[in-house]
Amino acid sequence: MTPRPFRVKRTYAETDDTFTLELEPERPEEGFAFAAGQFNMLYAYGVGEVPISISGDPLKPLPLIHTTRSVGLVTEALRRLKKGDLIGVRGPFGTSWPVIPARGSDVVIVAGGIGLAPLRPALYHVLRNREDYGQIALLYGTRTPSDMLFTKELEQWRGRFDMDVGITVDRATGSWRGNVGVVTRLISRAPFDPHNTVAMVCGPEIMMRYTVMELTKRGVPESRVFVSMERNMKCGIGLCGHCQFGPSFICKDGPVYPHDVLTPWLRRWEI
Amino acid sequence: MLEALQHNGWTIIGPKVQDGVIVLDEIQSVDDFPIGYSDRQGPARYRLTRRANKAVFGYNVGPQSPKAVLHAARKVIWRGKKNDLKSQETAEPLPHIAFVGIRPCELKAILIQDDVLLRGPYGDAFYAARRKNLFFIVVNCGQAGGTCFCASTNSGPKADSGFDLSATELMGNDDHRFLMQAGSRRGEELLASLPARPVTEEDLKESGALFAHAVETMGRTLDTHGLKELLYQQLENPRWQEVAERCLGCGNCTSVCPTCFCSTVEDWTSLDGSEARRERRWDSCFSVDFSYIHGGSIRQTGMSRYRQWMTHKLAAWQDQFGTLGCVGCGRCITWCPVGIDITEEAAAIRSSAQQKEALDGND
Repeated sequence: MTPRPFRVKRTYAETDDTFTLELEPERPEEGFAFAAGQFNMLYAYGVGEVPISISGDPLKPLPLIHTTRSVGLVTEALRRLKKGDLIGVRGPFGTSWPVIPARGSDVVIVAGGIGLAPLRPALYHVLRNREDYGQIALLYGTRTPSDMLFTKELEQWRGRFDMDVGITVDRATGSWRGNVGVVTRLISRAPFDPHNTVAMVCGPEIMMRYTVMELTKRGVPESRVFVSMERNMKCGIGLCGHCQFGPSFICKDGPVYPHDVLTPWLRRWEI
Repeated sequence: MLEALQHNGWTIIGPKVQDGVIVLDEIQSVDDFPIGYSDRQGPARYRLTRRANKAVFGYNVGPQSPKAVLHAARKVIWRGKKNDLKSQETAEPLPHIAFVGIRPCELKAILIQDDVLLRGPYGDAFYAARRKNLFFIVVNCGQAGGTCFCASTNSGPKADSGFDLSATELMGNDDHRFLMQAGSRRGEELLASLPARPVTEEDLKESGALFAHAVETMGRTLDTHGLKELLYQQLENPRWQEVAERCLGCGNCTSVCPTCFCSTVEDWTSLDGSEARRERRWDSCFSVDFSYIHGGSIRQTGMSRYRQWMTHKLAAWQDQFGTLGCVGCGRCITWCPVGIDITEEAAAIRSSAQQKEALDGND
C-alpha cells in the first residue's frame, strides 16, 4: 500500500482536457517493468489515488508514461503537477493485451477517445515486432478532430505501408476532411482475416459494445476480442471490493478480458 | 483458564455486556462475561434478557464480530511528507490476543476473510500483521437465535477446525461444566494445565443433544442448493425492486457482517500541507459513491446495490473464493432497521423462479 516516489520529468497537454506525464523513479536502481495494458495507481500528494493505464512503450518502460483526462479532483491535481514535483506510484497491476498469443494473427486495434492511451503500448509492441504479425489495423474515433491523442504519431503510423490506419470523428470541425461517423463504421472495410484475427478494443463501454458486435458480425470469435474495463478502484490489488464486475475484480482479473468472459454481465444494467 | 492465558501474556477479548448489547471487549476475569444473560433476536429486533440459570455463554452473537479487531474500521495505511513520500506507517502486529467465547460462525468468518485478504496475488499487510499471534477459544452453540442459520451455511453450531480450543457449555441441575476439545498443540498445552477429567459417553450425548436442539430451533434457513446459478440467472427478477423499496441503503448490514471486507481510502493533510496521511475505512456497497467513476455511479438504483450485495455474498463469492460469503450469523437481519431478511429474499427469488419455470413449462 506504500507508493513508490517518482518525479515528474515532463508534462504536456495532448488536447484541451488530456495530458501526458513522464515520470522518473527516485530510486532508479529498483527499475520498472510492465506489460502493455497494465495500469498504475497514481497518488497525488494529499489529494488521492487513481488507477491510470500506462501509455508508454513496454520495451522502454522509463520514463514511465501516463496519458489521462482531467475529470475529477485527483486527475486535476495530476494535471497541475510541474516538472520536478513528486508523485506516488503503485503498480503495475492487472492483466495485459494478448500481444504474445496474437503472434501469427492479424491484429485489429479499435480505440475510442482516451481509449487509445492504454492501447498504445500494445501498438508499440506489435510494430516493434512487426514480422511476428499478419495485417495490423488501427481504427480510431474521437468526438472532434481536436480530441485526438498522439496526433504526431498518428501521422507517422498513417505513413507506414505495413499497417492500416482508419480515423473518424463524431463531429467534423474546422478543416477536417476525413471520415465522419462512429468508429464501428470503419470495421467493415478494415483489412483483416476475421478467422485469424485478434482484436483489442478500448473506449467508452457503449462504443466497445457496438465494436464487438461489428467484429463478431465479420466473424471474429468473441474469445479473440479483448476489451479493457473500467470501474472505481481504491486499492488496485483485489482487497477493497470496489471494482467488482459480476464475479471478477477488474483490478486483478482485468482490466483486459477476452470478451466472451464478460458477455453474461455486459448485457445487464448496473452490474 | 483465563489466568493461564493472561499469565502467558495473552490479552483476552471476549463477549461483555455494554449499553444493552453484547460486545467484544477486553476481559479481565470470568465476571466480565455476560453470565446469566440471553438475547432475543428477530428482524430489526435485539433484546438482552435475563435467563434462569448462570450460563456464561447462554446467548448468540451481538452486533460486533472479531472483524472489528482484525480488519479495523479505520486504519492509517500511509503517512508521509510532501517532499519525501516515504511512509512513516508500518504494519504493527497487535499484542497477543486470545479471543475467548467467539462462536463457530465467527471463526468461520475469520477463515473466510483470510481467503480474501491474505490469499490473493497481493496480501493485505495490515490484516496479516493483526492476524498473527492470535489464540482462538471458540464456544459452540447449544442454542440458536431467532435470526441464526449457520446450520444452512455449514458454519455451526459446532466448530470443526481452526480453533486452538473449543468449548461446549453443559449445565445440569447442579453441575456446570465445559466439554473441551483441543484443535492445536497450543490448545493441548493449555488444556493440560487445567483441572479436567476425561470425556465420558454421557458428556458427548449431552452435547450432541444440545447441537441437535440448536439446529432444530434455528430461526432461519437458507437453501444453498444451486444458489449461485439461481442468483446469476435471476438478475432481472422483480423481487430486487421490491426489496429495494424497503431498503434504506444505510449499510448496517455490511458493517455488522463478519465477512464484508470492502474498504475505501480517505486523504488528509495538515493545515499547511506539509504532511499527509491516507486512512482506510470500511465502506459499503450500499452507498451510491461506492461505484462512482467519472460521469456518475454505476449502481444508481437501490435495486442494483442490494442485488450487488446479496449476489456477492451468496453467488459471486463462490467464484471468487470458493465458499459462500455468508456464515449464517443472522446479524444483517437483526440489525437491519427495516428487518430485511437475506434468507427470505433468497427464498422469494427461488420460488418466483420456480413458478416462472412451471408456467413456461405449461405453455
